[in-house]
Amino acid sequence: MSIDMEQFHQTFFEESFEGLDIMENELLNLDVGNADNESINTIFRSAHSIKGGSGTFGFTAIAEFTHVAETLLDEMRDGTRQITQEAVDILLKSVDVMRDMLNVYKDGGEMNENNNIAVQKELENLLGNEGSSTSDEDSNASENKTASDGWHISFHPHVEMLRTGNDPVRMMYALADLGEIEVIADISELPAFVDLNPEDSHLSWKITLTGDINKDDIVEVFDWVEDECDLEIVPRANKTERIADTQETTISDPSIPAATKETTEKKTATKKSGGETASIRVGIDKVDEIINLVGELVITQAMLGQAGGDMSTDKEYNETRMEKLLEGLAQLERNTREIQESVMRIRMLPISFVFSRVPRLVHDLSSKLNKKVDLVTLGEGTELDKTVMEKIGDPMVHLVRNALDHGIETPEQRIAAGKSETGTLTLNAYHKGGNIVIELSDDGAGINKERVLNKARANGLVGANEELSDDAINDLIFHPGLSTAEALSDVSGRGVGMDVVRKNIKSLGGSVRVNSTEGEGAIFTIQLPLTLAILDGQLVKVGTETFVVPLVSIIESIQVKSENLSGIAGKADLYKLRNEYIPVIRADNIFNMPNDDSQLENRLMVVVEGDGHKAGIIVDDLLAQQQVVIKSLETNYQRVDGISGATILGDGTVALILDITGMIDIYKEKGVPDPTTPVTPPEGNNSDIADEAA
Amino acid sequence: MASILAVDDSASMRQMVTFTLKGAGYDVTEAKDGIEALQIAKSNSYNLVITDVNMPNMDGITLTKELRALPAYKFTPILTLTTESSADKKMAGKQAGATGWIVKPFNPDQLLATVKKVLG
Amino acid sequence: MTKAASELNSIIGSELDSDADQYLTFILGSEEYGVDILRVQEIKGWDSVTPIPNTPEYIKGVINLRGTIVPIVDLRQRFNMPEIEYGPITVVIVLKIECADRDRIMGIVVDGVSDVYDVPPEEMKAAPDFGNVVDTEFVRGLATVDEKMIIILDIDHLMSGNEMQETDILSA
Repeated sequence: MSIDMEQFHQTFFEESFEGLDIMENELLNLDVGNADNESINTIFRSAHSIKGGSGTFGFTAIAEFTHVAETLLDEMRDGTRQITQEAVDILLKSVDVMRDMLNVYKDGGEMNENNNIAVQKELENLLGNEGSSTSDEDSNASENKTASDGWHISFHPHVEMLRTGNDPVRMMYALADLGEIEVIADISELPAFVDLNPEDSHLSWKITLTGDINKDDIVEVFDWVEDECDLEIVPRANKTERIADTQETTISDPSIPAATKETTEKKTATKKSGGETASIRVGIDKVDEIINLVGELVITQAMLGQAGGDMSTDKEYNETRMEKLLEGLAQLERNTREIQESVMRIRMLPISFVFSRVPRLVHDLSSKLNKKVDLVTLGEGTELDKTVMEKIGDPMVHLVRNALDHGIETPEQRIAAGKSETGTLTLNAYHKGGNIVIELSDDGAGINKERVLNKARANGLVGANEELSDDAINDLIFHPGLSTAEALSDVSGRGVGMDVVRKNIKSLGGSVRVNSTEGEGAIFTIQLPLTLAILDGQLVKVGTETFVVPLVSIIESIQVKSENLSGIAGKADLYKLRNEYIPVIRADNIFNMPNDDSQLENRLMVVVEGDGHKAGIIVDDLLAQQQVVIKSLETNYQRVDGISGATILGDGTVALILDITGMIDIYKEKGVPDPTTPVTPPEGNNSDIADEAA
Repeated sequence: MASILAVDDSASMRQMVTFTLKGAGYDVTEAKDGIEALQIAKSNSYNLVITDVNMPNMDGITLTKELRALPAYKFTPILTLTTESSADKKMAGKQAGATGWIVKPFNPDQLLATVKKVLG
Repeated sequence: MTKAASELNSIIGSELDSDADQYLTFILGSEEYGVDILRVQEIKGWDSVTPIPNTPEYIKGVINLRGTIVPIVDLRQRFNMPEIEYGPITVVIVLKIECADRDRIMGIVVDGVSDVYDVPPEEMKAAPDFGNVVDTEFVRGLATVDEKMIIILDIDHLMSGNEMQETDILSA
């Protein structure tokens, strides 16, 4: 039978990547002078598992490479080799190699042959030999004659052979499969019946096998009991060759399975990967909770079913029925809400999965940059949606790189500045409102405001005489094209800029901002929604259509007072809200809806904020606030600017969900100047502001 | 139908072994380390135990010794999974009382042939 | 929805003879058009639609189809035909469209559905140049049934024109 091994591949990859993470973690935490043996054992076992699995599933390259690393680890765990920093570093490199190899097998692509061979050489050098063999079998070729007639076998089990679960009868059957068999039992050694211990073996046999039989096949039958018996295999023809049970015997070993033919060039992907894994590990407690809640739901449903039913003409009867129905409905609402919360939590995983990438990164980078950095992580148990987590990894890595590259100074610089020579990078995660907040803070040099401002002026982003607040200057680092490193360092200036970080975080529905104090350090704060599927929204009516405004974007809702309105060059309206001016956005303006030229006086305006910019949206009515399920427009249609998705209302109709940041962008693109720079009221001459527009 | 206890800390190996053996009509129970295996073995009965050697919490060699100490498992075939064919690794299992071994990596057919050899 | 349409719905659901090429035909103005019945998911009566801003006029908006958001295209407007009032026999044909990247569900508004016909491949004729009535890129061929001419549409082409190109908001 042939079994398709591919179905096990995914599990193998998952557990192997996990194993590599464990290896890496333990290696990083290993105290070289005083290593914890349990730790070494854990590292060994991980490597051992990966070797075994990759051999079984045909990933030969990994099996061979890992074997060398495993040999090294084996020596370390049984004490024959001292644990040195050098060995740890090489093993860390091996982890990288194994990861790369796994990825190639998983997703396709080419092996980085040169690198793999180089690291393997380093391992081998350390081991002191030119590569270990996977097997140290002697092959006793000379005894391999095929006797044309058959063999005489003398089989005498030692007394205790049965205790290992080996059964002579079984062996006889196996021999019988090889050829014509004749067996004579020798009972001469049987003790008296009263003294007979059924667990002991006192029998022996003389077996004659006739046929064209390979001696190896016979030896294989007795393979396991080599040490527990006296065995003689003699060709029926003539010579006696004694096989002592202490000698090495040929054992035809079933080694690497035949199904492992593969080229070392291109590997076909065993699974197409889009960066997101298709499975998720869920704590069984979460599953149990849902099962309970569904159980309650079933009860509620039965209750409703009973309370419903025929209404009669008896008024009182109907009233009691109605009461029961309403009760049931209230319970139903509770049940649904609880189930919903419970199910959402299934997709949540602790952020430690993302944080776990950082120690290795800090270790490698700090040695590369010759800086001393301590990493502190807090709130690793804070949970967030799996998809969000998978996509936040890269931006976080970039922020860490940035902190180490530009933030934290060299030990000499730090001492000169009166700081300790070791800098500290702190990662902190916690829940706030409907969001998860991730803070990345360092005690480095902070953002050099002057340099940023100069660069921005040089790029024409900021006017020569324009004054900006400290926060506004610091925020400029997220602008594309602003990389202030003198030389684009290999580490963080590689064309993956802060602007990409912000864009990626934005696409997840989140935001990132920075607070910095020169000389003291900087804090990057990332805010992400806890879930991508549900939104707290404010329903609003605009004309005949209902829209949903994300509650998190709403600052307040007010009634428009004409005295606070001002126009700019006849094109747009500004509203004075306390001490700032915000643009007034009208739906017809943004969405090319039927023109509504009516006065704004006393109209309702929802003041919103998107990505640091404020605006006021004119609506005709404020409806209910409710949780809406976000449905994608893109599944069957496409992305629409200013709209982040759609939802289905209680009456079955579709309502569009506004993308506040997107709407503000559309508004700006229509050529209206951005009045959200710090406040100078446009007294009299409005054209100043119009001129400064990009 | 014969029942088999398969012990390995690697989920993919367990899956492969279970799938292969179940497909041939055997009853298979899985355990991820020696401690779990011992617990399961005590409250059920198996015709064959296949165990990996390197596992956390309790390794295969210790498991073999512990099983042999149980009256019900005195003569039950126990096979260890070893990743090399070096003599001393095989011997460790035998010294602990194992019936024999299967060398990793093995393919499903080899596994089935060996199990058949043991269970008949 | 008319009785005819609901009868047609049951044909769509039922076992189809895989040898015959069956087409669902519908009316637009004075012309009769056909689409591969295997692509027809269902037929609905016309109901209100939520308009989407900044889209071509022929995209009326989206509807809720049992929990999925489905865009609706007015074929008359798509073909630059004069608009008419939607009436009681106006229907929406919900289609499975095969696009480059994946399959989508979209609906088209037509004046009314006609019937389901078998058109063996050899009976399908190539379409001549129509001039500017219908862009012939969308026409798979012509068929004659009961002395009527049916214009067989290539809906994949028709529905996944440039305007329908999708940009993935979450792509790396």
